[in-house]
Amino acid sequence: MLSKINRHFAFNETALKLRATRQEVIASNIANADTPGYKARDFDFAATLGSAVTAQRGQGVGLSRTDSRHLAGKPVNDLEALLMYRNDVQPSIDGNTVDMNIEMSNFTDNAVRYQASLTFMQQRIAGMKAALQSQ
Amino acid sequence: MSLFRVFDIAGSAMTAQSIRLNTTASNLANAESATSSTGQPYRAKQVVFSATQLNANQPQAVGVKVAAVSEDQSPARLVYDPANPLADATGYIAMPNVNVVEEMTNMISASRSYQTNADMMNTAKTLLQRTLQLGSV
Repeated sequence: MLSKINRHFAFNETALKLRATRQEVIASNIANADTPGYKARDFDFAATLGSAVTAQRGQGVGLSRTDSRHLAGKPVNDLEALLMYRNDVQPSIDGNTVDMNIEMSNFTDNAVRYQASLTFMQQRIAGMKAALQSQ
Repeated sequence: MSLFRVFDIAGSAMTAQSIRLNTTASNLANAESATSSTGQPYRAKQVVFSATQLNANQPQAVGVKVAAVSEDQSPARLVYDPANPLADATGYIAMPNVNVVEEMTNMISASRSYQTNADMMNTAKTLLQRTLQLGSV
């Protein structure tokens, strides 16, 4: 029963976590707007969420281990590998690739989408509550 | 909860920017200081920012720190003022190499960056508050 409830919220939870992480990545970009040589980074949200959900449902391709000494396969949603550098629009002489317009719009966009995810979660909780109540 | 780290990131940036603002303030205040405790004219100081990972396990959280405060090595500005007791034999005194225009733009840039980071903190706060209210309709 509890695991079913857990699964009911799993997708929204993953989405929220990823949104929070993306918020952090963009915050790092904005914080380093004046740091020479800093390269702005971001990750593909849709692809990351897709792979995280696939991994959650146990549909991901894992390595089958025939011996306990074999190396375990690394999970696909390793954030380090997913972080990519942004293509710079206006290259600056100090090597910094942070474009404030792009970062601010992404930051706001991500914040709104985070709130949207929260609303979806809220709806799910409300639906669950309605189902649990006796009429 | 990774949204809390937005505070750390923005906080480190705000600290760095306020150090930059302090440096600018001391440069502007000493723009006319022909002598200092070393006997030499004041030299303009500039901060050097560097990106720093807040946690070894989290590559996505990158804050800012002031790596160094460097002194401007450009030559002192020579002003002809034979009446000044600090003037050399030819009547020139060495004045600080502070470029006031440069310092003013630095100041504007630092204050704007500071504001952006403060805004970022506000957004993170709103998101966290809404998250805390989750489930309590």
